[in-house]
Amino acid sequence: MDGLAKAAVSCKNVVKVYDTGGDKVVALGGIDLEICMGELMMLVGPSGCGKTTLISVIAGILDQDSGSCEVFGKDLLLMRSSEKLKFRAKNIGFVFQAFNLLPSLNAVENVSIPLIINGVKRQTAERQAANVLEQVGLGKRGKSLPSQLSGGQQQRVAIARALVHDPRLIVCDEPTSALDHETGHNVMELLRQVALQRDRALVIVTHDARIFSFADRIAQMDDGHIEKVVDSAEYL
Amino acid sequence: MNHIALKMLMGDRGKYLGIIMGLTFASLIMTQQPAIFVGLMMRTFSFISDLGLPDIWVMDPKVQFVDDIKPLQDTKLYRVRGVSGVKWAMPLYKGLLKARLENGTFQTCNVIGLDDATLIGGPPVMLVGKLKDLRRSDGVIVDIDGATEKLAKRPMVPGGKPIPLKIGDTLELNDNRAIVVGIAKTTKTFQSQPVIYTTYSRAVRYAPRERKMLSFVLVKAMPGEDIPTLTRRIRKATGLAAYSRKEFIDLTWNYFMKNTGIPITFGTSVALGFIVGAAIAGQTFYNFTLENLRQFGVLKAMGASNWTLLRMILLQAILVGSIGYGLGVGLTALFGYATRNTILAFKFPWQLLAFGGAGVTLICIFAAIISIRKVIKLEPAIVFKG
Repeated sequence: MDGLAKAAVSCKNVVKVYDTGGDKVVALGGIDLEICMGELMMLVGPSGCGKTTLISVIAGILDQDSGSCEVFGKDLLLMRSSEKLKFRAKNIGFVFQAFNLLPSLNAVENVSIPLIINGVKRQTAERQAANVLEQVGLGKRGKSLPSQLSGGQQQRVAIARALVHDPRLIVCDEPTSALDHETGHNVMELLRQVALQRDRALVIVTHDARIFSFADRIAQMDDGHIEKVVDSAEYL
Repeated sequence: MNHIALKMLMGDRGKYLGIIMGLTFASLIMTQQPAIFVGLMMRTFSFISDLGLPDIWVMDPKVQFVDDIKPLQDTKLYRVRGVSGVKWAMPLYKGLLKARLENGTFQTCNVIGLDDATLIGGPPVMLVGKLKDLRRSDGVIVDIDGATEKLAKRPMVPGGKPIPLKIGDTLELNDNRAIVVGIAKTTKTFQSQPVIYTTYSRAVRYAPRERKMLSFVLVKAMPGEDIPTLTRRIRKATGLAAYSRKEFIDLTWNYFMKNTGIPITFGTSVALGFIVGAAIAGQTFYNFTLENLRQFGVLKAMGASNWTLLRMILLQAILVGSIGYGLGVGLTALFGYATRNTILAFKFPWQLLAFGGAGVTLICIFAAIISIRKVIKLEPAIVFKG
């Protein structure tokens, strides 16, 4: 990467230890990682290596035990919980493996949630949500409930939800693992197109080797450590 | 977020209806059973409240409640009349006598004997005939419930409807002829026996002869006279018990509360209704929150504060509580309406609405608190678990 690119995320010696009833499990054993603006970074590695813990820390929904993790220059650990909530609501978008759409809300309503959390009025939020759904190719499915959509369509709704409030960092947890190859490919194309249009950063946790080529860089993790961070071409 | 909270609640139709049913049941039991209890208890003193004219009731000091008759000598009437501050004092007979029906069976009746001259103490509402008709020979006034049910004549055809008593029909009271001269509306009494009004002199003639026949002395105070003071004065001057209407009602109420199983029976029903309703509604609401925990986690991860989630849960609880309460009290009111012409005691004052509302609110608060606790403790990181 260009060494002058501004860092979106900067983790230094991040340690997270889980206490599982007397046993200590080191999930993150001193992680150093930098993700730049405009970069799509993938975290890969075997199950239990600490990928999900790391994106939880980066997204500010889990506190590390030591070390620092700055997102857009702010150390989330030093923020008050109300500040952190506001920061998360404004700056971070989420795409989950299981989509995590609210089943009783239709696509437009699901997509409008981040805006409503940010204090936007419902009608305005739904109008904006409908526009973003249009961008992800689901303009005509706005009134559909999640149960009426295919897996790929649900993930598109989830992506629209992650983008609607224009966050600067998008964290994705296995966004293609529940999808077939073609749909997964389409979803990644969409994420890359829409998410990286502006100065955003994307962090994707994945096991899916078929999508590695979409990454700018890949961080290989194992046993709570980052073994290497390389360009995707080099990794492949 | 209110819209999202309501959609989350109503999205799971089965759970939503389950919670509402639980709360409806609790609300129904918490209002219907006490309504019967209040209705029943009000019947215990209905005879006192039906008699609006006298200010003070004078009786034997050992009387414990309105149906606990301990007769006085007739001379006591004159002693009461002699107390200063008494505008008038009238005798009242109240006793249980057997009426022989035309089919040969007997029916116990509450016979009320009114002062022959003034007829003070008569029924509150005359439906047919006039109170003064009691002055006619052997005249009696029968309450409408007695006339149409227990004292009614045999049907013309087997299995047909009994024929209500009407003016001119005769009854036999303790081998004495009584002619119906009026039909009155009275509040049902606790024992639900037919009520027969007649004059004092005729009532004591119908009753088996005893040395003491006077049940109560009804007293009206002079204008401006302080009732508690006059009550004390009558007690002192006569050695009898004297109670204002409210005191006599309280005496009767307290007797039934302390000496019968009614409060325990109904209290148990209400408590069980509350517990079962709370258990059903609380458990279903809690399960509903548990099942939506992941959704709350998603909202939390996206930046929704605990306060926002708390408001969402409270709104859900308030909505199901209001609907359940409304349906419950509606059903209770419907029950009261459906049974209005039956023997069942039922009284639904506003206090019971408030009581039911408080009960349902408690259940909702309980259900919301256990749910909120879970949501507040929720780690948003669960959203990344598959």
